Amino acid sequence: MGTYVPNTREEQQEMLREIGVHDLQELFHAIPREVCLDGPLKLPSGLPELSVYRKMSGLAGRNKVFQSIFRGAGAYRHYIPSIVKQITSKEEFVTAYTPYQAEISQGILQSIFEYQTMICELTGMDVSNASVYDGATAAAEAVIMCKERKRTKALVSETVHPETIQTIQTYCSGTDMEVILVPAKEGHTDMEALQQLLDEETASVLLQQPNYYGILEDAEPAGILTHEKDAKFIMACNPISLGLLKAPSEYGADIAVGEGQPLGIPLSYGGPYLGFMASTEKLMRRLPGRIVGETKDTRGERAFVLTLQAREQHIRREKASSNICSNQALCAMTAAVYLDAMGARGLRQAAESSMSKAHYLAGELCKLPGFALVYPGEFFHEFVTTCRGNVDKVLRALEDRGILGGYPLSGKDAGHLLWCATEMNTKEEMDTLVSILEEVTRA
Amino acid sequence: MRGGPDPCWHFHGDLCRIGAIPEVTGMDMSMKLIFEKSIAGRGCDLLPECDVPVAAVGNKFIRNSEIHLPEVSETELSRHYTELMKRTFGVNDGFYPLGSCTMKYNPKVNDEVAGLPGFAEIHPLQPVGTVQGCLEVMKLAEEYLCEITGMEAMDFQPAAGAHGEFTGLKLIAAYHKERKDTKRTKIIVPDSAHGTNPASAAMSGFSVVNVASTKEGYVDPEELRKVVGEDTAGFMLTNPNTVGMFDENILELTKIIHDAGGLNYYDGANLNAIMGLVRPGDMGFDVVHLNLHKTFSTPHGGGGPGSGPVGCKERLVRYLPTPRIILKDGRYEFAEKPLESIGRVKAFYGNFRVVVRALAYILTLGGEGLRNASENAVLNANYMMQKLQGIFDMPFSGHCMHEFVISLEQLKQEKGVSALDFAKTLLDYGMHPPTMYFPLIVHEALMVEPTETETKENLELAVEVYKAVLEQARKEPEMLHQSPAKTVIGRPDEVMAARNPVLRYQF
Amino acid sequence: MKEYLYTKSHEWVQFLDEKTARIGISDYAQGELGDLVFINLPEVGDELVAGEEFADVESVKAVSNIYSPVTGTVRAINEELLDHPELVNADAAEAWFVEVGDIVGQVDLLTEDQYKAEL
Repeated sequence: MGTYVPNTREEQQEMLREIGVHDLQELFHAIPREVCLDGPLKLPSGLPELSVYRKMSGLAGRNKVFQSIFRGAGAYRHYIPSIVKQITSKEEFVTAYTPYQAEISQGILQSIFEYQTMICELTGMDVSNASVYDGATAAAEAVIMCKERKRTKALVSETVHPETIQTIQTYCSGTDMEVILVPAKEGHTDMEALQQLLDEETASVLLQQPNYYGILEDAEPAGILTHEKDAKFIMACNPISLGLLKAPSEYGADIAVGEGQPLGIPLSYGGPYLGFMASTEKLMRRLPGRIVGETKDTRGERAFVLTLQAREQHIRREKASSNICSNQALCAMTAAVYLDAMGARGLRQAAESSMSKAHYLAGELCKLPGFALVYPGEFFHEFVTTCRGNVDKVLRALEDRGILGGYPLSGKDAGHLLWCATEMNTKEEMDTLVSILEEVTRA
Repeated sequence: MRGGPDPCWHFHGDLCRIGAIPEVTGMDMSMKLIFEKSIAGRGCDLLPECDVPVAAVGNKFIRNSEIHLPEVSETELSRHYTELMKRTFGVNDGFYPLGSCTMKYNPKVNDEVAGLPGFAEIHPLQPVGTVQGCLEVMKLAEEYLCEITGMEAMDFQPAAGAHGEFTGLKLIAAYHKERKDTKRTKIIVPDSAHGTNPASAAMSGFSVVNVASTKEGYVDPEELRKVVGEDTAGFMLTNPNTVGMFDENILELTKIIHDAGGLNYYDGANLNAIMGLVRPGDMGFDVVHLNLHKTFSTPHGGGGPGSGPVGCKERLVRYLPTPRIILKDGRYEFAEKPLESIGRVKAFYGNFRVVVRALAYILTLGGEGLRNASENAVLNANYMMQKLQGIFDMPFSGHCMHEFVISLEQLKQEKGVSALDFAKTLLDYGMHPPTMYFPLIVHEALMVEPTETETKENLELAVEVYKAVLEQARKEPEMLHQSPAKTVIGRPDEVMAARNPVLRYQF
Repeated sequence: MKEYLYTKSHEWVQFLDEKTARIGISDYAQGELGDLVFINLPEVGDELVAGEEFADVESVKAVSNIYSPVTGTVRAINEELLDHPELVNADAAEAWFVEVGDIVGQVDLLTEDQYKAEL
């Protein structure tokens, strides 16, 4: 049996004596006998470290690590600089609690303050929180924070990531918020439909940029229409794209949210990731979760603290607008170190490279018979194509060659593939992909 | 000179020194923001040139506003975070007895296995045939955690405890809704509950009914009877409760709710006291959430990521978030989405790599080891409480479970020294303070949770420090108002921070 | 100067005429609450009900509800307090929260002497 209990049996006995009880069981006398477990838990016996390592490596070995990935759909493989991994595995950062004791937590607090600043810079917004769970919950929290007494409708574009939409629906179900989907037209948000749906009861409009299909939405008119009805405009953005493409603030967004995973966080089979949230100053007090602020200490030195805490659940209890307590602080630090290392130039390079490679790949793929772009319009680093032949068969053939191909869409998009390229994909790799596809789809 | 042990004994040397340097040299050695270290033109060279033609972007999509990100060399960047690290206090730095937070040791092998490429580099939308290991991790963790809690199923989508509460309450809502029992709109919460309980209930669309605790900190069955009724959807409780006592009336309490047609929700924040001894499922609870980042040793990361899986009894299984994993013909798959499911609470499958760590922990300890961990958590808390007995005022009598509460109300009245002053003085001894001002039902509360991974001598040292601070509080109370003196900053002005929020660096 | 009347929950009310009044919190209340950092006020046009909460005040680590002494309609809010909550700490009698019109009811109110005797 492995254990992390340091005290020896003898020490435990001594402690029991000092407490004045005969055995450990006496300490548990308050537990009524009828609920006590009558035998040991039916779990395997504990193991020494080497055995645990072997067992876990065995499980990891049952997953396939693809060397070549052309799939995104909400989780993106980008280069993670070595320094990011090193810094974020420092034990002090890993094992610290939420920085409630500011005097011994200046490191964490300052790192969050720097993170908040960088998120504000990326999005062009005034204030950022210290993170929420992921991009989907960030969008849901944004929708909730826009609710007003007389505005209870949330318009969400159908081109938003389906899992984000589902998360928003769960968050709003059972409350007086109504989620209404704005239909898509040729892979874009249908602006006419949006205009018709907007009314005096609309609290917010949510658009994703680039959208689920990789398409760049014409977000500016959407923002104008939204503001004409005094509703809030929420944009869910890919943070890498912001190195090159318009910031949410430039589209007039009131709130910017997004999945921060591309900023140095490994794919991790879906988590832990990072939900970022930033807003205009006007909405500052409605932002959920922790926020770090700058102040001075008793000696007049600069100091950082958790602030605006009276918004939060531990003070406001049932009147808090969100229940969030634990966030994704270490992932936020990861994003901050990534942005420090990349700088604006590096970020732009990652964005430009990703976009260029996706365009190269799209061009090459569409030379193949049966492959064509499904939607018109500009795209960033993802795009949707048709596929010749059986999608599953094509993808399996790629899988056999160590390639994770485009994501097979479902529902009304069934039969189409959502492709993604980033700076991780070389030209050679893309050419290989295309030649394999040519081979397996040859009639 | 202050009494007690050498205050610097296990702080990083730098923590004590940094403040003194400018006085000696006259130079500004204060901690700079990374932005203040930025010099135009510096940076790291990370990505190769693009090997395909550069794609053009339409003008209407091109970014016009500048992004200010730091321009620093890798050396500067590395040192910056080393400085920040030295200004951070983790479980690795010392005793961390934060009540209700279970700051136990975070085993390193867990981190190492979570970092294996076979977990870290797996895309969440890979075909199921290529992620059998990931699915098995979740199935194994589900099986084990169900055995530990007495539940039938467990779902890992919730990313944190509060997220789990929200999910669990949604299950309760779905249950009543399917039975067309629409009048059940209220969740009963004890006044001693964690703040997340009422906040989660409100967020899930319920209204909150508070039930008062007895002066011993328990839920009074008579009071509970007064508030239950046809509108009761459920009852949220943590047991041991937030004052560290096991509610002996637990079966009566959960029966009162069941008899009224409601469901019982177990807040797993305090599970560390009872693993292998008693299970929520056997106490009458229908749904639970766990905090893997408390009980199952995964690190807190300065606030997160955690993991807040939700477990439930058979009658609630079909409402769990989707997708659910099933084993079919020896192969793990995702089940078809049942119509009754509450849907998704997050993208993908939760904080997966946190679950990997928790599984490694359970494998290490096994059933016997988990019980041993709980027993020692309770032993350590009682040992420390015993040593402080008669010196500090303990509002709740009898043996505690894994944590106990001290009240400094008398000290506050007599000497004007508050729980905050006391906690801040502990910082000068290089010791992380207990949780302050919680539970709300105790005035000037300090809540101590030593955990099972502390040694006897660490507990004894902490006791000596607490006594020394108490003595100092009686002799020179004014000194405590000014503490801490030896940390890198003194007390921050929180009023200024809140009145004039400065939430980002201005370039 | 118009008379200040008080509630047991530490609000003051000053009637400008029969149907109109200003509401604030007592000096005792601001002292107990400590440094205020934010004040949530209702909107103009909101209906207040005597004895029910209509605003809240935040200190660094607490939120406290403020209850309306009267039933009526909010005519104006003191917007200055939104940016300067410290005005309440500086002079609670001057720092009115809202002005209410069309008053049709009120809770039991205390005179200044009665209120002070209650403290």
